Amino acid sequence: MSPRVILDTDQFQRTLKRLCFQLIENHSAFENTVLVGLQPRGTLLSRCIHQELSQLRGNAPVYGELDTTFFRDDFRIKPLVPSTTSMNFDIEGKKVVIIDDVLFTGRSIRAALDALQHFGRPASVELLVLIDRRLSRHVPIQPDYTGVSVDAIFSEKVALNWNQDATLAEVILKNKES
Amino acid sequence: MLSVRHLLGIKDLLKEDIELILHTADNFLDVINRPIKKVPSLRDITIVNLFFENSTRTRLSFELAEKRLSADVINFSATSSSVSKGETLIDTVNNILAMKVDMVVMRHPKPGAAHFLSQHVNAKIINAGDGAHEHPTQALLDAFSIRRKMGTLEGVKVAIVGDILHSRVALSNIFCLKKMGAEVIVCGPPTLIPRNIESIGVRVEHDLKKALMWCDVANMLRIQMERQDINYFPSIREYSMQYGLNKEVLNSLNKEILIMHPGPINRGVEISSELADSNHSIILQQVENGVAVRMAALYLLANRPD
Repeated sequence: MSPRVILDTDQFQRTLKRLCFQLIENHSAFENTVLVGLQPRGTLLSRCIHQELSQLRGNAPVYGELDTTFFRDDFRIKPLVPSTTSMNFDIEGKKVVIIDDVLFTGRSIRAALDALQHFGRPASVELLVLIDRRLSRHVPIQPDYTGVSVDAIFSEKVALNWNQDATLAEVILKNKES
Repeated sequence: MLSVRHLLGIKDLLKEDIELILHTADNFLDVINRPIKKVPSLRDITIVNLFFENSTRTRLSFELAEKRLSADVINFSATSSSVSKGETLIDTVNNILAMKVDMVVMRHPKPGAAHFLSQHVNAKIINAGDGAHEHPTQALLDAFSIRRKMGTLEGVKVAIVGDILHSRVALSNIFCLKKMGAEVIVCGPPTLIPRNIESIGVRVEHDLKKALMWCDVANMLRIQMERQDINYFPSIREYSMQYGLNKEVLNSLNKEILIMHPGPINRGVEISSELADSNHSIILQQVENGVAVRMAALYLLANRPD
């Protein structure tokens, strides 16, 4: 199969805006809401969302980045190098929105839920993803906000190609080898 | 991924290995400063701490590091074991491993003990000090502490002062600092500096003041009385006058230096109480960093696919 473009730059911009409006719909003033981007790849998306929300609303919601390496269940299978966690706030009683780029097996999100406990007991946790790969979950985890849903088989891979200036160039679906 | 299966000494490590351990330790330092200080990474691993020699800091630090990684920990001290009935090292360890233990942290008075063990048993070994040979985790935590204070290790000038001859900390520190691009001077009385130590890339300075004038960091080592079979200097008082660091010596330098000590401190001998407790010294930060660095070493070794 030749690589297929799922989102190009324009489509991504529209999807990003829609996701932000959906967040505003549910969280209106964001006074009790925190956004948490997942390291390493989810943070490029979460920074875009944080920036877009700041522009739409004039002030920025509380924002952090979480590394889940030490909570993963596949560390014995492949070597994992941790990234930086920057969460200078606690999430006790807060509404947390976890942001990641691609939801595939759901294992990263499971690790993130464990890692979040270290920062307090949230009132609720929601999940926002740009790409939802349906029919491939290993654990019962579903997104609350979805950019695009994709049906892909296990031999395929969703790749987000980012530009140097941290804007998204395109999202493509390709074979794992290519 | 680490290039080695065991952590036996800094000499076997590549610069990239040290970088990886220090980088991972940064993350663990963050973890142990959170309200919940534990992560579940090693929940399926059992570790034995095998101490054939006395220790306070290293043993507690390893045990805490293991517990904060959720590993199961058993402690073993030679004095209360069958070693005193004549059991050999390999037999002792194999008996422990038969109880399904995955990693061994060992301190032993004989140089090379950890290396010997790694060739004869099927578990991952961390050397927590073998005689006067190496003490890799101490060197890593010293390097980590310097890097956190100075921002880098490249080009940093470190003076290691004291009993270099009997010190495993000195040897591991020299290997580690040299690999990371720092410059090292060793300073002490001629009787306590090993012959030909220049061959591993350090300079020798017998005058404490000159060494301190040159350096950014002074690592003050303890006189290891328990390893000294003959008299290497006339008296403790005389050693202290020549090589002890105190406020007067520090003030006469007219510059800021970072003071480190691997502990245990002999107050008033290699360093005065006043300085050990001052904000020039990072002795207690070293202890805190020690837990993070040992967590990183344990995590990386345990999770290294074989």
